[in-house]
Amino acid sequence: MSELQIHRTVLGNGLRVLVVPDPATPVVGVSVHVDVGFRSEPEGRTGFAHLFEHLMFQGSESLEKLAHFRQVQGAGGVFNGSTHQDYTDYFEVLPGAALERALFLEADRLRAPMLTEENLRNQVDVVKEEIRLNVLNRPYGGFPWILLPPVLYDTFPNAHNGYGDFSELEQATLDDAASFFDTFYAPGNALVTVHGDLGEHGVDGTLALIEKHFGDIPARPTPARPSFAEPVAGAERRQAVADAHAPLPALAVGYRVPDPTTELDAYLAHALLASVLSDGEAARLQRRLVHTDGLVTDVSASNGLMGGPLDARDPDTFTITAVHPADVDPDRVLGAVDEELDKLAAAGPSVEELARQSARWAAALHHEDDRVMYRMLGLGARELLYGRAEIATELPARIAAITPDGVRAAAAALRSQGRAVLLVEPTADPTADPTADPTAEETAE
Amino acid sequence: MSAPTTHRSAEQIGRTPQGPRPLPDLGAMREVPLPEVHTTTLSNGLRVLAVHRPGVPMVEVRLRIPFAAAGPTADQAFSARAELLSSTLLTGTAERDRVGIDDELATVGADLGVFVDPERLVVQGSGLAAGLPTVLGVLGEVLTSATYPEQELVRERARLVERISLARAQPRTVAREALQRKRFGDHPIALETPTGEAVAAVTPEQVRAVHTAGVVPRGSTLVLVGDIEPQSALAEVEKALGHWRSEETARELSLPPLPVAGPLELVHRPGSVQSQLRLTGPARRRDDPGYAAFQLANLVFGGYFSSRWMENVREDKGYTYGAHSGAEFVPGGAVLGVETDVASDVTAAALLETRYELGRMVAVPPTAEEIDAARRYAVGSLLISLDSQGGLAATLSALDAAGLGIDWLRERPVRLEAVTPEQVADAALQYFAPERFTGVIVGDAETIGPRLRALGGVE
Repeated sequence: MSELQIHRTVLGNGLRVLVVPDPATPVVGVSVHVDVGFRSEPEGRTGFAHLFEHLMFQGSESLEKLAHFRQVQGAGGVFNGSTHQDYTDYFEVLPGAALERALFLEADRLRAPMLTEENLRNQVDVVKEEIRLNVLNRPYGGFPWILLPPVLYDTFPNAHNGYGDFSELEQATLDDAASFFDTFYAPGNALVTVHGDLGEHGVDGTLALIEKHFGDIPARPTPARPSFAEPVAGAERRQAVADAHAPLPALAVGYRVPDPTTELDAYLAHALLASVLSDGEAARLQRRLVHTDGLVTDVSASNGLMGGPLDARDPDTFTITAVHPADVDPDRVLGAVDEELDKLAAAGPSVEELARQSARWAAALHHEDDRVMYRMLGLGARELLYGRAEIATELPARIAAITPDGVRAAAAALRSQGRAVLLVEPTADPTADPTADPTAEETAE
Repeated sequence: MSAPTTHRSAEQIGRTPQGPRPLPDLGAMREVPLPEVHTTTLSNGLRVLAVHRPGVPMVEVRLRIPFAAAGPTADQAFSARAELLSSTLLTGTAERDRVGIDDELATVGADLGVFVDPERLVVQGSGLAAGLPTVLGVLGEVLTSATYPEQELVRERARLVERISLARAQPRTVAREALQRKRFGDHPIALETPTGEAVAAVTPEQVRAVHTAGVVPRGSTLVLVGDIEPQSALAEVEKALGHWRSEETARELSLPPLPVAGPLELVHRPGSVQSQLRLTGPARRRDDPGYAAFQLANLVFGGYFSSRWMENVREDKGYTYGAHSGAEFVPGGAVLGVETDVASDVTAAALLETRYELGRMVAVPPTAEEIDAARRYAVGSLLISLDSQGGLAATLSALDAAGLGIDWLRERPVRLEAVTPEQVADAALQYFAPERFTGVIVGDAETIGPRLRALGGVE
């Protein structure tokens, strides 16, 4: 994918633009990344960034309610949006013939979304159903992305539940929505990405279409981006939560990692460390925890809270999660994890071990790049978060360049800091208190 | 909050001096570009499809082995052995152990996975295209000399029991199992997950015997899609899998019964805060000349976001996060699923609206405008789903199992184009009338039961 040509511009109103043609595909993707995620939502309004994402699908000046969905799908396309720690994305992938329509749809809602009381109440109900589906009515709901941050972090932006508390969602007002839009959805706080089949428009024609549809959105002040930095804990913090639906106990361990903006290679070494620990049958924790010691049913490690690396700015979270039988003491699992990390911190992985993990990384990245949607979202997210879409295309080479010593240093960094340990304890009684650990400060509900 | 002290009102935000703008027209849609499929059958009976589809330097590998139970009814012992076989197929061969197999695949960036269902055993994965011989080599090795080492099998058996308990804690699994029993009774297709007890009783000898009898080339199909040259890929397959031999033919699943209309069964899941609504009835097969009309009727009802049902129960009522209807293909036929998860206190209301929308499909058939939107979505989403090696391989494999080839895909836009509103209305009448359905509702029966039963058609 080294042939990808990345074209950039900035419109007069501050809107950043990324155009990346791919003549090999008959489909085109259009996305808008906005520089606000759930870490920026105000106290007392947990879940608001995500709720607001839903409102952006509820119509705009030129498109009545339901029209956005109908126009995308009626043009043969698919759409979605998602809210992350530091950004929110909106996108559609359609046959190339629908490029201008997609640009129109995105521009119309970035210019003048239709925010109404009726739609707000309707989408509060829909979001509550989403939370019941993904969190409340199932085992391990919100594990670890909602449950682990309050153990690892102290400040509201980093620690709170990004899906939101039902009572706070219900209190959300139309004026909150207006204020949120005016503040965070300024054109200077957003990025438009077009990737795929540009058809007869070509790059210049596409840039002209973007100017035509987005260019007259009036500029507004761009909010100052706050720092979410907080000190790295020096000791272990442990907390237990009860899960009425879970048949087996589970645990999650969280660590802090280098800032991907300023220390990208050290950050990526942590991503490769996660693979060395848990990807494939030969991975260290698979061999030790699953097979040799038989302590856990499954184990997984990831650099990134939401399942993958390079999806957030600093601070980001390295996670290890495991589900284990009830007769296994979680401290045995943690002890084995520590021993494996200590071995890596002392001697690093072997050259061959790392080469195999790098080959798997390269293959997985190619695999992702085979779909316009994933490649577009990857380019857009890296451009918005770090100012360099190229990171997405350089990843295979950068991962391959990481040395055993780089991974060794990453393992040592994890072992030299405090960490968060979250224990999920099955209970038949949904109202039971998590009393397993006296140091528990709060429970996630 | 870092909001400015003053901001526009919601009403001001939604209006500009220029006012609403006209929607740009769509350009001309490109044809669905489909590559040539090279097909051959090896002397051992294995059917092989190879497709050159560049884009990324990868190859997709998908082996499908029909793998049904022998008897006419669900067989816990067979299901347990098949599940354990799929968990341990890659844990040892005459030449390599579990880690050795994985290391060999990793050298070419490849991953292989195995899964089994009541119809088939599938070994699938992807890797760097240049590593195809290595992937095929490993595949040939496990197919012909998997050893199912006792130690590995004992460990995987314990894990499988734990994983089954995890799966059964998921409301969607509870609902799926209840739905399969409801519509297919004790036919083997209904048994998708064996009991933990049945798994715990399986021995290595039993797994090896199931492998010998069922993991066979005749009747199986291998699909390769990627940055490969088909002729040399076929030669590689012959080299790696030509010695995989058996007198047996892979066992196809017998034809299951079609769902019979009747009351919905209420399944109690104590403490549920949501209910799973799962309605089902017969559907049209892909090779039915009326399939395209059925597909459009389904899209208009609940097959995509802009459907009548979704717009009602989500965007108007806020009862659910998602509602979806669609066909699932089974041997000899197809079944329609109408599925949504809703909060306990609106379960009866959601069922009422679902029946209303089903009835409306019959009483107020899809309009020309609704059909056109569904048609454009059907063609466009086909274009998108085939625009990756994995998507193309999955589609080709599924179609081949149904006796359909790439020409069927190629002609699909034309068939969709030819469908008339009358044909869609006929399909709606035949498949969407509310009394044609049966199904299950899973939830806290104490909370949702009284209202549901009062509505009728729920037992």
